[in-house]
Amino acid sequence: MKKFKEKLSGRIFFIFALSSISVLALITVFIIVKGAPIIAKVGFFNFVFGMKWSPSQGEFGIFPMIIGSVSVTLGAAALGVPIGICCSIFLAEFAPAKMREFFRPAIQLLAGIPSVVYGFWGLLFIVPFIRNFFGGPGLSILAGAIILAIMTLPTIISISEVSLLALPRQYKEGALALGLNHWQTIWSVLLPAAKSGIVAAVILGIGRAVGETMAVIMVLGNAVAVPLSILDPVRTLTTNIGIEMGYASGEHQQALFATGIVLFVIIMLLNSFAQYITRKR
Amino acid sequence: MKTNSRAGEKIAKLLIWSTALFVLVVLVAISAYILIKGLPRINWHFLTEIPRNMGRSGGVASTIVGTLLVTAVAIIIAMPFGIGTAFYLAEYTKESMITRIIRFSAESLAGIPSIVYGLFGFIFFVIYLNLGWSILSGGLTLAIMILPTIIRTSEEAILSVPKVYREVSFSLGGTKWQTIIKAVFPSAIRGITNGIILSVGRSVAETAAVIYTAGSALRMPVSLFSPTRTMAVHFYILAREGISLENAYGTAALLIILIFLINVVANMLVNRFIAKGR
Repeated sequence: MKKFKEKLSGRIFFIFALSSISVLALITVFIIVKGAPIIAKVGFFNFVFGMKWSPSQGEFGIFPMIIGSVSVTLGAAALGVPIGICCSIFLAEFAPAKMREFFRPAIQLLAGIPSVVYGFWGLLFIVPFIRNFFGGPGLSILAGAIILAIMTLPTIISISEVSLLALPRQYKEGALALGLNHWQTIWSVLLPAAKSGIVAAVILGIGRAVGETMAVIMVLGNAVAVPLSILDPVRTLTTNIGIEMGYASGEHQQALFATGIVLFVIIMLLNSFAQYITRKR
Repeated sequence: MKTNSRAGEKIAKLLIWSTALFVLVVLVAISAYILIKGLPRINWHFLTEIPRNMGRSGGVASTIVGTLLVTAVAIIIAMPFGIGTAFYLAEYTKESMITRIIRFSAESLAGIPSIVYGLFGFIFFVIYLNLGWSILSGGLTLAIMILPTIIRTSEEAILSVPKVYREVSFSLGGTKWQTIIKAVFPSAIRGITNGIILSVGRSVAETAAVIYTAGSALRMPVSLFSPTRTMAVHFYILAREGISLENAYGTAALLIILIFLINVVANMLVNRFIAKGR
């Protein structure tokens, strides 16, 4: 009886684990089954590199959205990565204990605020600011990049900080003993040593930026066109789904799932890369 | 040379301090602005009345109920699977092909954008399982979304239980199952609870995954099969369609307060967890 119970409990835990991971397979299968037919019909090349998206005429090209996603994400990374790394250095090396105690939960709280609230705030402040000071409609790549940079900060800061704090103390002591000052130690010893963790943090942050939907719908302007400057409105892969899912049907709906496939593949590549880097450490 | 490096250090320090303070100010400013604009809206009527006229007037009562029910479904479903998976990873296996596949899947699930969960929830729960736009569809979709968080935090909590606990239990003749239930689980429970509270926060804040699975109905739900609109979705629709900025601020302020409370509880638990663990 006792032995039976033992075996049973192990089996039950195994079944839980198995169902948890089969969810990933289920998601993959259902998105592909729903989205692949339209890619097959339009043709992979025409779908991914097509310039025209007009579902009512049966034209499904998502290249402008791919450009949109890439440009907004790069913008967010350009703003968020240096700021995030600075903050993590601040927390790991400079912040007085009292301040750290306040800063960390504040960052955590920030991560919990609904993304739509950030989008709304961007619409109220960032968009008019850009319109007044830089020109253009204000709804733009730049507005999206700023909002996403703020939203990815918690991810970048917390993971980078952890990898800085995880370094053996001897690294720092050795560098200081060799006569380097605090900043030189950080710059030439600690940052290079924590590189893989920081890179993983950046990739995960970028993953969040690529995947964000509702916040950026509010500030990007959502025009389906290849942008010529960072002040132009764009539509991303995620916002394409978010905007049109409400009323799409038939082939149009399939095309939105196909957009999801492309998004899914991009995210899986980013994740695998991040996992590979973390594991190598 | 020496003065040079000293000047460099000063500039770098200044840069880092100002960046960190800037970030802190921006973050505080965002929530403070929403709270200042929204708090005056919140009163007894706002909390207890159903939205009227698409949300232009009336309160947010049905969206509060919707949010609570969708979140409850998500947590109740995700909890056994998440904690079970964590125990399997931490206690029942050595590093092998299977554990690597499980970890890879959990980490990949964690990175999938919420809109993709929304797509999946729509095609699988709403259409394929024919649950329609409902609390159940929304809750199940969120359950999948928060699963990786629960797995990871629970596994960390289980692994941080000192080995001695297990050894003592085994040496007293306890079986593996008894050891897990009586020795490991009680000491890991704070960490596990913290992961669950974080997941509650994520569920409450989510929009993209629930808008096309739970729907956007404004009436008070009567069963788990009723469509509903969560507070985050309500806020999104009010703000994006410019229906009522006043009510949008009110809803957002309510959400921020809720998230804040959830975070405070989580922090209290973590602090006690750390105090007890070390």
